[in-house]
Amino acid sequence: MSPLATSSRRWIIWAAPVLVVLAILPVIVPPYQTVLLSYGLVFAIAALGFNLLLGYTGLLSFGHSAYFGVGAYAVAFVVKYLKSESMELFLLAGIAASAVVAALFGVLCVRYTRIFFGILTMALSQVLWSLAFKFFWVTGGSDGLRVPTPTLIAGAVKMDTGPAGDKLAFLSHRYYYYVLVLFALAVAVMWVIVHSPFGKALQAIRDNETRAEFVGVQVWHYRWVAFIISGIYTGLAGALWVPLNGLTTPDILHWTFSGKIVFFTVLGGFQTFFGPIIGAVIYNYLETYAVGHTVYWQMVLGIVLVVLVLALPAGIVGTAHRLLPRFRRPAVS
Amino acid sequence: MDTLLIHILNSLLYASVLFLIAGGLSLIYGVMRIVNLAHGNLYAFGAYVTAWVIGRLIGGGPEASVWLYALLPAGAVAAAALGAVLEPTLLRPLYQRAEEYQLLITFGLLLILEDLMRLIWGPYPLSVSALYEALGSLHIGEAIYPTYNLAVIVIGGVAAAGIWAFVYRTQFGVVLRATSQNKRMAAALGVDVNRVYVEAFTLGCFMAGLGGAVVVPQQGAVLGMGVDALILAFVVVVIGGLGSLEGALVGALLVGIVREFGITFFPEIELAVLYLMAAIVLLIRPAGLFGRA
Repeated sequence: MSPLATSSRRWIIWAAPVLVVLAILPVIVPPYQTVLLSYGLVFAIAALGFNLLLGYTGLLSFGHSAYFGVGAYAVAFVVKYLKSESMELFLLAGIAASAVVAALFGVLCVRYTRIFFGILTMALSQVLWSLAFKFFWVTGGSDGLRVPTPTLIAGAVKMDTGPAGDKLAFLSHRYYYYVLVLFALAVAVMWVIVHSPFGKALQAIRDNETRAEFVGVQVWHYRWVAFIISGIYTGLAGALWVPLNGLTTPDILHWTFSGKIVFFTVLGGFQTFFGPIIGAVIYNYLETYAVGHTVYWQMVLGIVLVVLVLALPAGIVGTAHRLLPRFRRPAVS
Repeated sequence: MDTLLIHILNSLLYASVLFLIAGGLSLIYGVMRIVNLAHGNLYAFGAYVTAWVIGRLIGGGPEASVWLYALLPAGAVAAAALGAVLEPTLLRPLYQRAEEYQLLITFGLLLILEDLMRLIWGPYPLSVSALYEALGSLHIGEAIYPTYNLAVIVIGGVAAAGIWAFVYRTQFGVVLRATSQNKRMAAALGVDVNRVYVEAFTLGCFMAGLGGAVVVPQQGAVLGMGVDALILAFVVVVIGGLGSLEGALVGALLVGIVREFGITFFPEIELAVLYLMAAIVLLIRPAGLFGRA
């Protein structure tokens, strides 16, 4: 049996119960909790894409807010100019727009590595931020653009018309399942990508660029493709995030939002496949409760980050791997 | 003609402050190879301390006396002191680790410092505009220009000359440059690298704090000023070259000029043009105009 099949089987044993729990959750917990979890799953998709670059290709991007924001703004433009409320069209627009921007930015950025790569991605994302901020007649400026509740599956599933409170019911139930299905798909596709020959080539580049080049891997080309896939994942997350939030503002294009994406990936552990997912979900809870309890929530997050870097650099999942010998195996395999 | 003069003076004013911030950032990177994302917050910290100290002394009194100007550097000293504490406690454990972690810890520091200032000084802006107004304006030809702004330009120029003399004309500057070029060789020759690092970091923070201190009379101290300043300082440093002081000076002048004329002639894309300038310089000369490749 091939290694991919073995590791996939082991993975399904773990993933199936988790998916079942996630699927019955809306029945058990209050609506607010499932909406919160939806946010977490959406960020997890972004983190998964981001980690294809950081964990698997060894490139630290400080500009992933660009693709998240492009995904979100593409949706807002569909609403504003095409007057459509179809979620599938939203996703199509978000994915297409983020793919184009990632292809364009990527072709410039992948020529560099290390700190120059980080700064270049950041500078380019800031270009988009300042455009979104200044061209207010297109983007709404700092007020942003509103996005109504979408219709799902080609208009077959809609929000009930009627008394108030419907939106929460829609988001916590139907939209949650929509996000969950896309999340599961995104995880499965990423799993296949990182275990494919393409994924192995990326890891070879990360570990030793010269050697990878020497055995015939076209480093530049592989990095570029990884960059685009990474951008599409983050753009998809942006498109899924807008209906939850109901509004898109330039904040999600600002470089500090890129910092958050880096934060939750490292929180979970960027040297593992599942780390970024866990990190994104936990970060989302952490931020929500910190914001709810204190105006000094940034300080809480900052302290968590500093402690994390000093004491638990492998992140939550990475540390768990180390502490529980039962799970010990090559982290990124 | 007079509007052109005003534009040029405004560019120089902006460049002076930017040089103080970006010069510190570049100095720290040049010696320690750390990109300090919290650097903008040290600039904001300097602004807040100066605003608070001078605001306390002025009290309700309208008169700004000469010795209050002498207290402007209080913010710079405070930022330097903060830097001297931060480097050994938070950064030193990370020099052996991957640079991802160094970026992340300074990002964490950014979040902490941002809220620390909110905690100490509250959410409202602090201002000491009395110092700004007390100096009045000067007539230059037919144009009228605030005297305080001219003073800031002079301070920026003096700071640039001072830092140049410090790095290229003193014993400490020799040690600093040696450590920057080859840390292990410097250590082998008896240089206490840890001490040089603290001193370089403190000096960089002092410059940022001084930048904050001199803008306070004109702009006041507000939350978020650090994050905004950092990204512009980044643009300056990227254009000039990471780790190069000459580069920071030229970059600050370029950014000052482009920004001033951008606000006048193409306000919508003024910021985008600055970031694009940085991106283009990175693509053509990754080490910046004055950097060593």
